[in-house]
Amino acid sequence: MENVTLKINGQEITVPADYTVLQAAREAGIDIPTLCYLKDVSQTGSCRMCVVEIKGARNLQAACVYPVSEGLEVFTNTPKVRRSRKVTLELLLSNHERKCLTCVRSGNCELQTLSEELGITDIPYDGERQQHEVDTLSPSIIRDNNKCVLCRRCVSACKNIQTVAVIDATERGFKTTIASPFNKSLAEVPCVNCGQCIAVCPVGALREKDATDDVWEALGNPEKTVIVQTAPAVRAALGEEFGMPIGTPVTGKMAAALRRLGFDKTFDTDTGADLTIIEEGNELLDRIQNGGKLPMITSCSPGWIKFCEHNFPDFLDNLSSCKSPHQMFGAIIKSYWAEKNGLDPKNIVTVSVMPCVAKKFECGRDEMEVAGNRDVDIVISTRELARMIKQAGIKFAELPDEKFDNPFEEASGAGVIFGATGGVMEAALRTVAEKLTGKELSSIDFHQVRGTDGIKTAEIPVGDLTVKVAIAHGLGNARKLLESIRNGEAEYHFIEIMACPGGCVTGGGQPIVPARVQMGIDLKKERAKALYTEDANAAIRKSHQNPDIIKLYDEFLGEPGGHKAHELLHTHYQARSKF
Amino acid sequence: MKQKTLPFQGTPEQEAQLKKVIAEHKGQKGATIPVLHEAQNIYGYLPIEVQEMISEGLNVPLAEIYGIVTFYAQFSLNPKGKYHIGVCLGTACYVKGSGDLLNKIKEILGIEVGECTPDGLFSLEATRCIGACGLAPVLTVNEDVYGRLVVDDIPGIIEKYRQ
Repeated sequence: MENVTLKINGQEITVPADYTVLQAAREAGIDIPTLCYLKDVSQTGSCRMCVVEIKGARNLQAACVYPVSEGLEVFTNTPKVRRSRKVTLELLLSNHERKCLTCVRSGNCELQTLSEELGITDIPYDGERQQHEVDTLSPSIIRDNNKCVLCRRCVSACKNIQTVAVIDATERGFKTTIASPFNKSLAEVPCVNCGQCIAVCPVGALREKDATDDVWEALGNPEKTVIVQTAPAVRAALGEEFGMPIGTPVTGKMAAALRRLGFDKTFDTDTGADLTIIEEGNELLDRIQNGGKLPMITSCSPGWIKFCEHNFPDFLDNLSSCKSPHQMFGAIIKSYWAEKNGLDPKNIVTVSVMPCVAKKFECGRDEMEVAGNRDVDIVISTRELARMIKQAGIKFAELPDEKFDNPFEEASGAGVIFGATGGVMEAALRTVAEKLTGKELSSIDFHQVRGTDGIKTAEIPVGDLTVKVAIAHGLGNARKLLESIRNGEAEYHFIEIMACPGGCVTGGGQPIVPARVQMGIDLKKERAKALYTEDANAAIRKSHQNPDIIKLYDEFLGEPGGHKAHELLHTHYQARSKF
Repeated sequence: MKQKTLPFQGTPEQEAQLKKVIAEHKGQKGATIPVLHEAQNIYGYLPIEVQEMISEGLNVPLAEIYGIVTFYAQFSLNPKGKYHIGVCLGTACYVKGSGDLLNKIKEILGIEVGECTPDGLFSLEATRCIGACGLAPVLTVNEDVYGRLVVDDIPGIIEKYRQ
């Protein structure tokens, strides 16, 4: 790419010719406010917050879409620019429910930040305001259009990135509203609950259904033994809620915080991930050796599962019958662990802390129970855990590093990398390769399956067999991959699919990072790094070598894929309507 | 969700016609709006059942189709009744009290503007100036024009079409 030189506020800067003015300004250390713009998601130039003066241009131009060119002269801080941005913002605010004190996004709201930065001290336009009913019917996502600024970032995430496309702009002019067809609730359309709309929302118009009160209630009930487990991706992002840099792993402090919140036992879902690998690896080998349905596709991501049920019902037999790691682990806590500790599972409450809001839907699926006991009673997201820690007055940054509880204290590094795209595949390969050949792998780092390309494919030699694998993250990529298989253009043995772009580290339940910060970093990579580092430093890095898992099979489960394993750890799926 | 005023009564013939239209436009860029136009010609309006068929046929998300249908005033989500009432809300009619006429009609029929009675007999629309200001306030029922009205005239007019 050739470079061009332009002037911004009199300062000369040389940048690649395919840059926008916004990118060039950022590189020159000049901040331009944005609202509808979000890297990789939305670049429409419609909100007009990022307007700049360009020498020779008649009108103000939107920096987020204006391409740089040789000799261009840009002014980002003239009276005309400042006045225009301010009026635009004042008009936006005039139709906004300004209930910042009680808003979930207070303190992390892009509109609030803009108000502060542009010096809004008054709302001069006091006209009619749109009134909307809040949609609370979904088990995962709450949509409150009274707070919507119509930036359409959620529409783009849902339609262009995920190809779920259950929301769009409806009506027009002042009545324009982001909604589902025929104003149905998100619970009544093929929403897969991935929560990517929440992750991209600049304001509080989209949020998770908060379950922290349910957790507090359980913790306050002396009759209940409350067990918490945390997913791998949570430790890679929780620190951000307490001001730590993106990509800081906080495993030890997180375990310490959970203990201080009052959970009776603090376990690591990584153990559930190791268990998943044993069951899923066994299932894969069985399918390959006995002519079962291939490709086999992972089933850890509940957003992906629901997407498949709505849009690819012809692939339901390809899905691994394994429950997701936290559901498996929940079932084990209420059977094996309860039995060992002489507890009635009815008095155990299992809480999962997940980077995901689709898990809230998943834990409520009818089939996710054994003998009348729900595998997992409550799911909270990483954001909700942070809220609980703050409510409890725990100084997170000052906590000592502690370990998870016994048993299940030490999970494998393979379990940790489940949180990044390609991680489940790599974990499975480490186990399947050794089980199949009976020999120890010389290197267990499968770099072919790492990284953030939308679709990754690899051919992995395992003994006499060449295992063809594919990995997709983001449902748009999953759709592309499945269509290529449906059309007979590609063939694989094993596929990993994660609903969220980047995998769980950038799941819909993770801390929300403002557009401005996202512009300068690759969030997926930074958070994944935390997990791969933890894996590299782990004493045990293969699921089948996790001593707690070996013991679990010896003492309780018997064989992988055996009768008891099936009863507790496997599930089934159902075709759902496309509309 | 909006109250459905009349159950969908599409016929197999209409469906075959729509499928033909979809097949003709499939793969073309910008096919959605022409297909919606023809679909409205076939069915008279664009209920969810029709929008789903178009979404399936053109492989365009239902949310996008619904967005288009609600954006353009020409597309209607509700059927027209056997008798379509248009109340003029142009300036002259409005100052002569056509707003009260409209309210009376809504009250008698139990429907809002843009809706159709469940028996399919009446639908209601608020129109711009229809150019009959000399007769203000004015309403139309299909091709019939009624002018110089007062609210008390409304029950009689509606009753006439109920016969």
